[in-house]
Parts: sequence; structure tokens; C-alpha cells
Amino acid sequence: MDSLHPNDAILASPTSGLHADSVFAHLHRAPEDPILGVTVAYNKDPSPVKVNVGVGSYRTDEGKPLVLNVVRQAEQKLVNDRSRVKEYLPIVGLAEFNKLSAKLLLGADSPAIRENRVTTVQCLSGTGSLRVGGEFLARHYHQPTIYIPQPTWGYHPKVLAGAGLSVKTYRYYDPATRGLNFQGLLEDLGSAPSGAIVLLHACAHNPTGVDPTIQQWDQIRQLMRSKELLPFFDNAYQGFASGDLDADAESVRMFAANGGECLVAQSYAKNMGLYGERVGALSIVCKTADVASRVESQLKLVIRPMYSVPPIHGASIAATILKDRDMYNEWTIELKAMADRIISMRQQLFDALRARGTPGDWSHVIKQIGMFTFTGLNSEQVAFMTREYHIYMTSDGRISMASLTSKAVPHLADAIHAAVTMLSESVTSRVSS
Amino acid sequence: MTFRAVMSGRARRLSSDLGARWMSTWWQSVEPAPKDPILGVTEAFLADPSPNKVNVGVGAYRDDNGKPVVLECVREAERRIAGNLNMEYLPMGGSVKMVEETLKLAYGEDSEFIKDKRIAAVQSLSGTGACRLFADFQKRFRPDSQIYIPVPTWANHHNIWRDAQVPQRTFHYYHPESRGLDFAALMDDIKNAPNGSFFLLHACAHNPTGVDPSEDQWREISYQFKAKGHFPFFDMAYQGFASGDPERDAKSIRIFLEDRHLIGIAQSYAKNMGLYGQRVGCLSVLCEDEKQAVAVKSQLQLLARPMYSNPPLHGALIVSIILSDPELKKLWLKEVKVMADRIIGMRTALRENLEKLGSPLSWEHITNQIGMFCYSGMTPEQVDSLTKEFHIYMTRNGRISMAGVTTGNVGYLANAIHEITKSA
Repeated sequence: MDSLHPNDAILASPTSGLHADSVFAHLHRAPEDPILGVTVAYNKDPSPVKVNVGVGSYRTDEGKPLVLNVVRQAEQKLVNDRSRVKEYLPIVGLAEFNKLSAKLLLGADSPAIRENRVTTVQCLSGTGSLRVGGEFLARHYHQPTIYIPQPTWGYHPKVLAGAGLSVKTYRYYDPATRGLNFQGLLEDLGSAPSGAIVLLHACAHNPTGVDPTIQQWDQIRQLMRSKELLPFFDNAYQGFASGDLDADAESVRMFAANGGECLVAQSYAKNMGLYGERVGALSIVCKTADVASRVESQLKLVIRPMYSVPPIHGASIAATILKDRDMYNEWTIELKAMADRIISMRQQLFDALRARGTPGDWSHVIKQIGMFTFTGLNSEQVAFMTREYHIYMTSDGRISMASLTSKAVPHLADAIHAAVTMLSESVTSRVSS
Repeated sequence: MTFRAVMSGRARRLSSDLGARWMSTWWQSVEPAPKDPILGVTEAFLADPSPNKVNVGVGAYRDDNGKPVVLECVREAERRIAGNLNMEYLPMGGSVKMVEETLKLAYGEDSEFIKDKRIAAVQSLSGTGACRLFADFQKRFRPDSQIYIPVPTWANHHNIWRDAQVPQRTFHYYHPESRGLDFAALMDDIKNAPNGSFFLLHACAHNPTGVDPSEDQWREISYQFKAKGHFPFFDMAYQGFASGDPERDAKSIRIFLEDRHLIGIAQSYAKNMGLYGQRVGCLSVLCEDEKQAVAVKSQLQLLARPMYSNPPLHGALIVSIILSDPELKKLWLKEVKVMADRIIGMRTALRENLEKLGSPLSWEHITNQIGMFCYSGMTPEQVDSLTKEFHIYMTRNGRISMAGVTTGNVGYLANAIHEITKSA
């Protein structure tokens, strides 16, 4: 270090505390984020054949990020409007955005909205909505334990634990059938303590792509009602599962019907392509309008010491689109096109694996719903694919179909084929959660 | 039958099945929360129908017509962004370019610490987010520590460290009698705090008092901090806004850096770039070496990820574009000076008006204080009267946001204050 500075002479005294050492000298470097770290590693790789199917960010068939036309239009509208200012939003965010988000979620004819029983606050995308909802529950809810499906999005445990909730799991995915372990799910929720919170993926379960059927949703709902379990929906893919915004919200609407109370974390990252702008909303459906108003006032107390007020730009874009009938329609068309491209990628990958005679049943590639395919590959096979074929994906075997391109399909299929045939463990082996 | 028809049919049958059993609500015990003391003022102002109403509550800049301002450099940056850039996720630590430029502002263009990569820095959700991230970081890695907070301070500071579960202590700062700095008591508190305590300092333009230590006083504070091994955490929300010169406004920080403190800084672009609603800021922690800075940054990211994954893009793009383009940066510096100068002009006008009205009280402090706020010295009751009788809105601690004062309303404001205080 530098030579002794005159001031340091004073500091030699016994009372001078830690004059040269940082008070944070004992820190260790944190491990890379398991999901975002994949892209970091991908970016470092110089190989010309590398493929990134890690993060769930949509790509065009040319492998480029996509900004929807309707988003560009909204952007231009905002930029050209000189009367727009950058003032602070209220703590609960952009009012127009909140109203329109609730409508998108619960339906235009929702009795809960009509009766003012829903409080909706703008949050920082899905993550922020989960965190704010979680903190609210940790403070005010009598049973601050949340049950999350096994497996789930890699960051659910940290977000919810960070909010102060105690996190437990319930069975969800069955590796043997590559479908829903419905019996296990019912048993685990059935034995949860009364009043516990249950995290549900509204549609397009991440990472498995396995969703309950309508009948199964109804059974889950009835079980939860009988045990007074509180539903907390993560709604990150509305419009991406079937291509239809209303159909993808049926699970939430079913639970919200006939006076049911629930929380919903809503994200516009994927379905509007607003990823980096952090646009989302937390809705809490309450029994009465009075309760909803009190709940909202308490949500503000969670938000203010975290970041005061949410960011304005992305919410303004979303609101601009949602409130204009033509733009809304155009959005639904662009959304369906994205969903359709993903479905065609599924078909292409499935066909490619079949053509190579890759051992195993790969029908789950086309049966699973949403952005991801849960391949069933284990972490060893994934590491092999990264090392030998420069395929970047999360170690739980999840592939983002949304970032796959036609050009990359053959190489990916080769990699999967090699991993399955060269490594002795079978494809249907234990899935890491 | 359509799925929807089936479902609503079932729903109707279910609701009659469950009947009274499902009448209980989860949230019966939830009390209505108190209104935010600062943001609640604007809500009340907006609800007031009086044509004479004046809002000197929230610290958001207004031009001389009382209108919010979007800086020209910001408009230009937005024009360059719209239609040209995508909206992919930023890294967890935020925009690298934005953080680089932001550190230069605080630490100096040619800072050795930047060159030596000793600063752990992440983009944050404006100043609030930076403070909260630091408070969470402090809790996790110095769990036995407390935070010393000046009296008074921005109200949300208390909420932030409380929600981070870091115990709070206070230190003397404002001297009500002189409406200036209580320097002797401040120094005593620094000396009496246990060695290695964490202190929250306002780098410039103290909120709400507008009272800043002089350069000499900062040097003494720094010296005493060294003797005690205290940790200085600076909240710098008004760089450029205090004197009109960002370099000058960073003087306190530069003094501490010269004295080799390992500091932390929360920076905000809400006011000085008018990016309020965009939520753009930066948290930095100066470390012993590059290796430590890498470790600290990784831990800061680990704290941010479960809160919001990664910070919002738009505001960060605006800042990077402006600060990395020499012409735009020059324009920005000019526009910041205009804002600061207008406020300084309003301070002079308000004081002169009160003196001309023959007020028996001293109003020197209006021009002695610096930055967006003036701590008028009025009591909560006087503030209430001001609101009720004159439709003037401010926080009950008597804090006037000078940014809300215009040539159009300064006479009315002075008159109202005079009326309320002349028999005090």
C-alpha cells in the first residue's frame, strides 16, 4: 500500500479502532447466481457454435432480443409527448397501470374488481411483487409459512425467505411420468398446517412446463378452501402458455371467484418483452373493500423503506398499450406469434431427437407448456453439454425454448444425444430441484 | 358448454355450498397504516380546490412557473433511446457504464480508487434503494452494529434501517436556537460513540434543515472519525443541487477520502438530473483492495436479487448517455446550475420579503441554509395554521421546499408566514 500518511501517526494509538482494515474485510465472494450466471459464462465463451438456452428471455429466430412493435409505438408516443414529466409516482405506482393490470388478470367483468375488493400495487416485475407480497404476509399474516412446488423457479426460496417467510415444499413434478405428481401434491397440501400459504404457478410452470388440468385445478382449489390455505399465485407467463391471455388466467380467476382471497404476483417481463424495465404488479383480492384499503395502506409501508416508489417508464409503456384498444389487439397478435414460435421450436427439437434415435421418450418436449422444457437431463449431463458442445443451460436440466433458434436445434439435439448416450446415467434419473 | 360457462356454473354452486363457512377474512386484524408524512402532503395539496394553494412540501424541483421540469439533456437522451435500444435485463449490479460515470462524480474524475478498482458499486433504486441495500448489507455482515442518524433527518431514513433491523441511535446535528449546526454537541456525540460505530452523514444540502458543516468543520469531523475508527456512510442526494457545482458539493466526501477513510455512499439522480420517477442511483463501498471490492459487490448483488432481481433499465440508459457524451454532460452541468441558482434566488427573495414586511424574527437562516430545503423554525401548529388559513402545504416539521417557491408565490408565502409568526 501507499507510504505512511501523516494522519496515520495518530492512528497508532490503542483506541484508534480498525484504522486501515475495512469493516467488511471478513467477507467472502458470493457464488455466481445459478440462473443469471449461465449468461455470464455464455458471454465469456469464444466458441462460434455456443448456444444460450439458460435465461428465459425470448429471442427471434435470428437469435435477437425482441422489442414488440406495440412497445416501440408506445415508447414513441411517450417520447413525443412533451407534457410528460418524470415526477415521482405515488408509492403504489401508476394508478392507470394498476387498474388495467387487475383487469387483465381477473377479467373485465370481475366481481372482485367491481366491488373494490382488489388492491393492486405496481412492483418491480415478478420478483418485486413476490418480495413485497411476502413481506406483507410475514408482517401481518398469522401463518407465515409458504409451501412452494418441487421444483420451482430457482429464486423463489431466496425471495420468499428474504421476505421473512418460512419456506417448505410440496410435491409437484413426477420424473417418472414427466407429469404432475397429483397424488403427492394433494397429500402434501392436505397435511400442511391450516392457514399456510401456498405458492402456485398460474400457468406455464417454471421450470417443468407441467400445468394441472382444469379439473385438477378445481380439486386443488377445493382442498385449499377446506384447509383455509392461502393461495399466492406467480403469474409470469400470462399469454405465453396457450397464446390466449384469458385462458392463461383461468386458474387465478377460478380461485378469485365466489369471494376467495388470494395474492397474485404479475409480471410483464416476458409477455410484453419489458424485461429490464421491471414492470409488474402485486394484487391482493380481499373479502371486502374496507379490508382492501387497509391492506393497501400497509403495503405502502413495506415499499417506502425499500425503494420509496416504483419506476415510471415501463409501467407507462404497459398502460399505454393496455388502454388503447388497437394497441391491445396488436399486442395479443404479437404475443401469440411468440407463443407459436416457441411451440414450433418444441416440435423441431422433438423431431430432431427422434431423427437421431436418441434413447428415451421425448414427447415431454412437445407436451410441456410455456417457455421452458424440463429435459430430464441431470447436472452431470448438463455439465458435459456445456463442456463439449458449448450449450448453456441451468444445471437442473431446464432449457429455455424461447431463446432457441432453428439454426441451433441440430447442434442442441446432437449435444443432448451425446449426453444421453455417452453418460451412463439414464435420462429419467433424479431431477435436482 | 364453454370452459368459462362450466367454471362459473361450478363457482355459483360452490358459493352456496360453502355459505357461511367462508365468511372469515385473512386480514381482519390489519390496521390502516398512517399516511406518509411527506408524500401525504402532496395528496392533501392535490385535493385542495383553493386557487391560491402553494405546495412547498415534496422536494421535487419546479421552475419559476411552478411546473415540473424535464431537463433538455434528458429529453435528448430519451430521443436517442426510443426505437434504438432493446429492453433486456441489466446485470444484477446494474448498468456498468452508468455506475462507472456515477463513481467519477462522487470520487473524482481521476480518482485513484477508481483506477485501482477498489470500489464495490451497484446500480440502486435511487437514494432510497441505495440506503436500504447498505442497511441490509450492514445487518448481514456487521450484525452487532448500530447506525447513528442525525437529528433531524429525512424521515424515511428511520424506516429504512428499521426494516433492515439495524438498531438506531441518534447524534446531535441541528441547533434550533441558531437554526444552524450544533457543532459542539455533534463532536461530543462522535467522541462518545463506541469505537467503530456506523454514522449516516448527509454529504451536502442536509435534508430537512439545509444546514451543512463548513469545510473546516468537515475536516474536524473526519479527523475525529479517524481517531474513533467510525464508519462514514454518506447519503448524497443533492450533488450539484446545493451550490450548483457538483465538484464543490462533493467536498465532504473528498475530505474523507483524503483522510483515507473507507466510506460508503448512496447517490441519487432523482433531483440533480430530474429523474425522480425513474429511480436511478448507485451504492458504493470503498474497499481495501480490488479483491475485497469484488467480494463486497458480489454480496451486494446477493442482497438485491431477492428484492427485485435487477434494477430498471430506462433511467440508467439516460444517465449513461448523458454522462458519456461530453456535449450532453456540459448541457447537464449548465442545467443543474440553473436549478440551483433559481433556488438560491428564491431564498434571497423570501428572506427579503419577510424583512420588508417588518418581521420581528431573524430570517438569516433562509439564506444561510443550502439546497432544496429551508428549515423555517415554525412549529407544527404554525404549519397547520398556514395550511388551514392560507392553503400552504409543507411538512409539519416546518420544512419548506424552496424548489416549490416561485417569483409568483414568494410574496404570498412571505405574507402568510409573517402573519402566522409575527406574534410568536
